[in-house]
Amino acid sequence: MKSATLMLTLAIAAAWSAQGASAQTLKTVKDRGLLSCGVTQGLPGFSAPDDRGNWAGLDVDLCRGIAAAIFNDATKVKYVPLSAKDRFTALQSGEIDVLSRNTTWTLSRDTSLGVNFAGINYYDGQGFMVRKSLKVNSALELNSATVCLQTGTTNEQNLADFFKGNNMKYEVVAFSTADEVVKAYESGRCDAFTADISQLYAERLKLTTPAEHEVLPQVISKEPLGPLVRHGDDQWLDVVRWVLFAQINAEELGITQKNVDEQAKSDKPELKRIFGTDGSLGEQLGLTKDWFQRIIKATGNYGESFERHVGASSKLGIARGLNQLWSKGGIMFAPPIR
Amino acid sequence: MSKAVYVATTMVAPRRAPVRMPGAWGFVRTRLLNSPTNILLTFACALLLWFTVIPTVKFLLVDAVWQGSDRNACLPETVGWPVGACWPFIQAKFSQFIYGFYPEAERWRVDTTFLLGALLLAPLLVPQLPAKAANAALFFIAFPVVAFVLLHGGYGGLTVVPTRLWGGMLVTLVVAITGIVASMPIGIALALGRRSSIPLIRFSCIAFIEFWRGVPLITVLFFATYMLPLFLPGNFTVDGLVRVLIGVALFAGAYNAEVIRGGLQAIPRGQAEAASALGLSWWRTTRLVVLPQALRHVIPGLVNSFIALLKDTSLVSIVALFDLLGQLRAAFADPAWSSPSTLFTGFAFTGIIYFVLCFGMSRYSLFVERRLNAHRRS
Repeated sequence: MKSATLMLTLAIAAAWSAQGASAQTLKTVKDRGLLSCGVTQGLPGFSAPDDRGNWAGLDVDLCRGIAAAIFNDATKVKYVPLSAKDRFTALQSGEIDVLSRNTTWTLSRDTSLGVNFAGINYYDGQGFMVRKSLKVNSALELNSATVCLQTGTTNEQNLADFFKGNNMKYEVVAFSTADEVVKAYESGRCDAFTADISQLYAERLKLTTPAEHEVLPQVISKEPLGPLVRHGDDQWLDVVRWVLFAQINAEELGITQKNVDEQAKSDKPELKRIFGTDGSLGEQLGLTKDWFQRIIKATGNYGESFERHVGASSKLGIARGLNQLWSKGGIMFAPPIR
Repeated sequence: MSKAVYVATTMVAPRRAPVRMPGAWGFVRTRLLNSPTNILLTFACALLLWFTVIPTVKFLLVDAVWQGSDRNACLPETVGWPVGACWPFIQAKFSQFIYGFYPEAERWRVDTTFLLGALLLAPLLVPQLPAKAANAALFFIAFPVVAFVLLHGGYGGLTVVPTRLWGGMLVTLVVAITGIVASMPIGIALALGRRSSIPLIRFSCIAFIEFWRGVPLITVLFFATYMLPLFLPGNFTVDGLVRVLIGVALFAGAYNAEVIRGGLQAIPRGQAEAASALGLSWWRTTRLVVLPQALRHVIPGLVNSFIALLKDTSLVSIVALFDLLGQLRAAFADPAWSSPSTLFTGFAFTGIIYFVLCFGMSRYSLFVERRLNAHRRS
């Protein structure tokens, strides 16, 4: 099934690039009055429906930001929940306009699938979770371990590279959904559970005794996660990219959901440019003058979004780490709006 | 003439009349513990029950948590004992399991549709009640129209609720009921067509049936969702739910066709010949003589495929629609509720719902079978 899906995906990618993508996504979205956004079928903190049935999460906030920038209404989003296998096919076929579904940016994905990555909204890395009782302190001590993972992700290859590179033996137990992986790990079918670290923290909440399990400090891969769009529509790529950059820049400038209206009245030349009281940066993107204000009013800045969904004030409690702003010791960086 | 070896040569010794042992203890002694094999079987079954029923009851009722507002309520640390089912999770997500993402202000429309459907279906299922024809016309012709207008809206001041917002039980029932109702005429037509003497009709029916039976439903849904937009012109799209409904109806139709064909084959040729000797046309023969008998034979097979269809509805998650099961899986991802027992609670809850529906269908079909086959009972 997996290789068949891959073949199909590649076939569509070929068909798509052959016929030449229409560079009309922004217009299509405006005409439709709705942004079609591909999300996960449920990943805690990134995209999941809450008790009232509203989608929420870090990835969802990007969709909401784009919708706010275009329609001045963050609710004008059609969320299309996609499995890891179907996500690229859905994007290529035009079923969705943007894929905001914790997808790792790699060269092969960027080149062979007919997609463009618009930026990075979360720096993740693959790690391991093990039982504390195993007394393993480093991933290098996992020789001849049985490892549980989810199929159709980049984790499979990273795992193979890591173990081969260190001359260690291992055995994989693979499942198609994360829930199955957690249950298999908990029932002792494998010694370690590998996934991106953000996911490990989320899945740990489902274990009977989370305190008996730890996430090892080693990170065996770079997993920059970000939104994707189809090849061939540079204007739309710009829109998605700059919505993300607007959220990051807002945090750097200290503009929050609460004070955004106040800041918009500021006399500082830099802020006047950003808020569109001076110049036409918004129109250059194909949006309106107040695009920046609309986004931040709807979703808050990147830091607020992070804290709300995955950070310390959420159930997950993931530390900012690499995702801290560059000016505060992390590597989250956005080009300036000018 | 050789002697037949299979005829017993000695008389069987007369046995004493069985002693009547009334009461529960008598039942146990005469049925459960009357021979070493039965004692062993009884013991094995008792063990099996002990190891399945007791933990289930313990999990679902005894150890369960009944009240709470988030995952903390269902953690062993806060409760103080190994937690069983986490019912507050079901409580918090219940409306999503029923309505999906249907807007809260409009949910009365779903309730009305459910109620109307139940009110029309119930008298249809009880044979003693009168006016079956009018009732059937209301349920099969008027109700789908009313249901569509109510659920989708767009007429008479009702706001449009696009099908992407539908979910949960609503989608499961819409897909299952439409599939069941639409697949019957398709199945009958295909089954008759496959036995037709006109080659063109026969071959096209065979090709249709074999195609739909040969391709997995999941593949068809996948293609319809992600490949069709590439081939269709411009902004022309078919609603996701409609794609599913068409796919499911054609699928179930092809399967039903083969089940019904089995029933048609069981009708002796003489029946049709006798009917034409009486001057009945082919259509009237089929409608009055052949089909009523054939369908009666295949009730178990049909109900079997209806039950399979009901459970296949969960495949709609492929086209980004959340049925009951899809909605449940999405609810698992809410970090506010992820706890060790959330997964089991959710599956237990949906399992019970599916069981009630399927078991209900199966019991009703037994009742219909007994009624229609009354002439065969001794």
